[in-house]
Amino acid sequence: MSNISAAVTADRLPAEGRRVAARAADLRKTYGRGDTVVAALDGVSIEFAAGRFTAVMGASGSGKSTLMHCMAALDKPTSGEVYLGDVELSTLGDKELTRIRRDKVGFVFQAFNLVPTLTAQENIELPLSLAGRKPDPDWFDTVVDVTGLRDRLSHRPSELSGGQQQRVACARALLSQPDVVFADEPTGNLDSTSGAEVLSFLRDTVDSHGQTVVMVTHDPVAAAYTDRVVFLADGLVVDELHQPSAELVLEQLKRLTAAAGGSAAATGTMATGSEAGA
Amino acid sequence: MLKVTLRNLLARKVRLVLSGLAIVIGVAFVAGSFIFTDTLRATFDGIVKGTTADVQVCPKGACSFDSVADTRTIPASVVRQLGRLPGAAAAHGNDQVQGVYVIGPDGKVVGGGGAPGLAFSFTPTKAITGNRILTLAAGRLPHGVHQIALDQQTVDKSGYRIGDTVHLQTPGTPPMMTARLTGIVTFGEGNSLAGATLTMWDRPAIQQLFFHGRDVFTEVGLTTKPGVSQVELRDQARRVLPTGVTARAGDAVAAQNQKEIGKILGFLNTFLLVFAAIALVVGIFLIINTFSILVAQRSRELALLRAMGASRRQVNRSVLLEALAVGFIGSTIGLGAGYLLAIALKGLFGLIGLDVSGTTMPVHVRTVVVSYVVGILVTLVAAYLPARRASRVAPVEAMRDDVTLGESGMGRRLVVGGVLIALGIAAIVAGWIGSGSGGLTGIGLGALAVLVGVSLLSPVVGRPVVAVLGALYRSLYGTVGQLATANSLRNPRRTAATASALMIGLTLVSTMAIFGQSTKASTEQAIRQTVTAPLIVSSKTQSPFSPAIAASIRSLPGVKTVAELRIASGKVDGNDATIGAADVGQLARTLNVRMAVGALSAAATHTILVDAGTAKANHLRVGERVPLRLQGGTQTVVVAGTFATNSMPMPYLVSLQTLQAGGLKPMDAYLFVSKAPKADIDTVTAEIQKTVADLPTISLQTQQQFIDAQSKQIDQFLYMIYGLLALAIVIAILGIVNTLALSIIERTREIGLLRAVGLSRAQLRRMVRLESVVIAVLGAVLGVAMGIVFGSAMVRALADQGLNVLSIPWIQLVVFVVAAAVIGVLAAVLPARRAAKLDVLQAIATE
Ligand SMILES: Nc1ncnc2c1ncn2[C@@H]1O[C@H](COP(=O)(O)OP(=O)(O)O)[C@@H](O)[C@H]1O
Ligand SMILES: [Mg+2]
Repeated sequence: MSNISAAVTADRLPAEGRRVAARAADLRKTYGRGDTVVAALDGVSIEFAAGRFTAVMGASGSGKSTLMHCMAALDKPTSGEVYLGDVELSTLGDKELTRIRRDKVGFVFQAFNLVPTLTAQENIELPLSLAGRKPDPDWFDTVVDVTGLRDRLSHRPSELSGGQQQRVACARALLSQPDVVFADEPTGNLDSTSGAEVLSFLRDTVDSHGQTVVMVTHDPVAAAYTDRVVFLADGLVVDELHQPSAELVLEQLKRLTAAAGGSAAATGTMATGSEAGA
Repeated sequence: MLKVTLRNLLARKVRLVLSGLAIVIGVAFVAGSFIFTDTLRATFDGIVKGTTADVQVCPKGACSFDSVADTRTIPASVVRQLGRLPGAAAAHGNDQVQGVYVIGPDGKVVGGGGAPGLAFSFTPTKAITGNRILTLAAGRLPHGVHQIALDQQTVDKSGYRIGDTVHLQTPGTPPMMTARLTGIVTFGEGNSLAGATLTMWDRPAIQQLFFHGRDVFTEVGLTTKPGVSQVELRDQARRVLPTGVTARAGDAVAAQNQKEIGKILGFLNTFLLVFAAIALVVGIFLIINTFSILVAQRSRELALLRAMGASRRQVNRSVLLEALAVGFIGSTIGLGAGYLLAIALKGLFGLIGLDVSGTTMPVHVRTVVVSYVVGILVTLVAAYLPARRASRVAPVEAMRDDVTLGESGMGRRLVVGGVLIALGIAAIVAGWIGSGSGGLTGIGLGALAVLVGVSLLSPVVGRPVVAVLGALYRSLYGTVGQLATANSLRNPRRTAATASALMIGLTLVSTMAIFGQSTKASTEQAIRQTVTAPLIVSSKTQSPFSPAIAASIRSLPGVKTVAELRIASGKVDGNDATIGAADVGQLARTLNVRMAVGALSAAATHTILVDAGTAKANHLRVGERVPLRLQGGTQTVVVAGTFATNSMPMPYLVSLQTLQAGGLKPMDAYLFVSKAPKADIDTVTAEIQKTVADLPTISLQTQQQFIDAQSKQIDQFLYMIYGLLALAIVIAILGIVNTLALSIIERTREIGLLRAVGLSRAQLRRMVRLESVVIAVLGAVLGVAMGIVFGSAMVRALADQGLNVLSIPWIQLVVFVVAAAVIGVLAAVLPARRAAKLDVLQAIATE
């Protein structure tokens, strides 16, 4: 118990004085009005250090997706601030936000990541071509090679497996060399082999190219690929782990669940976790 | 199931409103046509019944519905004799003169000049309705040449008041005169005169002015004694009438006239209904699309219903029930809109002189029934295929993640479409070679087959067009262009059906444009080749004018020849014919009539010249003796020669004497004026201008002005057709809006994704716009291409009838395509705005 608490306290500080790629300050997001108001984020302050791979975990409904969306300029928080690099998002209009989505962040959804009418290559290049730019050919080759999509470039999404589709989505997110890549349960729809493909690829981009990646996952095994795990509960950061192993993560999840009184949602999360871990 | 249907109706409001609107427009057209022609019929029925005496006595053929001014009259002695008949309560002679126009205080012809100007002697005759034909409503009856009474509507329209001096143009000598307005009469049942104007003199005055002072009448009206039938009185009258004069029972006359009017109104109604049909056909495309998509969107729900035990028939019926409701509501609103359309048509026809503003507009049961039947049937037919597809959804599909009602086999479509196109082309080619009216029918049917065939094949036929646009888009708009092109290719059938709707409209518009342009070019060529006279006098009202005008121009210094051309309708060898009459000696000096066989001078007494094409079509040989029937009787004439096609404005030519022998009053349609060699054209023109200046219905034109005036008339006709086709195009535009709105709903998630990876709102709007332009331009290009083929074929087939120049208005056709692109942009405004408003995250979360 105490060693974890200590780790939590220590790691709330920016790690090793690295540059901060993205940061949220007292982020709040509420849905609904009056009696039915739900606080999806209830004052989240968090930093994501550049060149590191972070996992965000928590029970279903704890606000993980909301956090990703707010930080990736896909959604506007009710209050609080989001910084991507030095840029604060709350004051920006739709045009600037669009530009940020193209240039500064990459996003990978759980499913339906690709435009069905475009080939894999066109999908990868989409954010750049929308901006009217050409990708750097060397970087394009690198991304394609790392994702292992070389012989699939001219295929349409319908001709790709789920894992390949997610890798295309990752390649798209990486091609513009964004400050941060956000991935919301990128392996949620994949079997364990395909999931592992995607995860090791993400790990690799962090290690060899210094990419910043933030990933939501339910799976302790997936979390073990990362450098740091942040736990959310009821819209608040409640805990975090560094250099996690699957066992540590699982243990921590159990603890959090117990603290939450074994709510149905958390049990669901547990089940998912142990299944994937098995 | 009913509850499900109703719930669905409410849930898909927008979609259904759009397809409902297609029905509304189509049905409005149908209802409007009926209501309008019924209004006209009611007006003319009122006129006919209110003006026909119990027994009508006229020179044979002179008082028919389409009779023109006749030279024959009935002496006053006959009237007295008729008055003594045992069955006659009264016999009144009446003098009727055509071509008497009231000139308003503004110097213009009252009523615009499209409707007839009639003059009567005031008569106390009663009509078959039992009321007097003419009733004095205000003032007193006119007395003498310089006093007149006018009908109420003419007074209202002109603004003249009793006591004012009224200017008149008449067929008498001199043509212009003035008279004081002493009274106002109402006519018949007091309802509309359909725009005609009535001028009343007393009997001696009208006889002095137009009948050389003789006490004669153009017709006699008899009133039956109580207990005597019309037929009895008619038979009594026939026994005492001189030869060449006949009596007819009033009811029979009215029925005959109503029949003749009915025929013309029938043509008008059919003409309008053709455009209604076009609008409805275009609407079918829109409805098929709408229901296909509604079914596709609901397929999971339908499968669930099937899984819960709903039978195929129930599913099928629930969709058809929905269509029924749309059809019913659409027809109801359409009926109302039709009434408004009829009012608009009434106003439009009022502008060209057919003023029926006094009549109430009847909505017959027939109109209501036809509107509902057409509206509901069209909706059901269009919804049938989608409904059948819906019933084929397997229950198990409820469990699947994404149900797609696949666009099933193009195979059969390809075969059917291909066969139709092949047959259509064959028919067009046959028509092209065949020419004549048979050829035209061939081309018409062929065109229809090709149109349907191309609609079926448009997913394939349209590919090159989309490919070209796609390449253009890609180079201009990059990825956004590529996405738009790809989207338009996603549901090729839907895109094609949407484009086909526009295609139909543009095919017809382009065909008409080519037809119109060729008509103008042919007319111009014919006039330039034939008319050698520098000046042409004609009537603005299309009705002939007094020969006194020719006489006064002839007497002007510097004028060498005035050739009058008169026109009559009659029958030659049993065929309906428009017959020209002229003094060929004078005609030869003003027109260059190219003869095929014989000489122009052969048109003398008892001969006739025939257009070479007409002669061939009607099997008339030179030297043959044929009966020539004019309203005053039949004479035998010899075909003395043929003139080259298009070298005369009408297919038959006789001498002035022959025409007059047919009982027709000498009235001129055209005067061709040439000047003396030394005279200055401007001076001569100014002199003639002075003579005709105070004749508001007469215009003096140079050859170029004459050509321009003809072109203008053709243009007006074209604009009217375009106006009628516009409704079909409006429906096609609604179809584009519909398709775009649907594809946006279907692709909500994808749009969210695109926005998430950096598609800006402006880019998204552009994407929708470009997709819309693809559809519109596809429809336009196919339509214009087919229009070129159909129009050329049609002109070719009509070459014998004088359409010998094929002229294709390329610029105009390009303008059509560009306009279609603009339409595409406009159609995309709302759907694009809607797409841009989508919230990125909600869009992604959408199933
Ligand atoms: N669009 C929305 N409208 C209302 N409530 C929402 C909406 N999106 C999320 N929520 C609520 O916010 C909370 C957090 O949701 P989310 O961030 O999706 O959770 P997670 O991704 O951790 O499962 C949940 O209680 C959810 O019901
Ligand atoms: Mg989530």
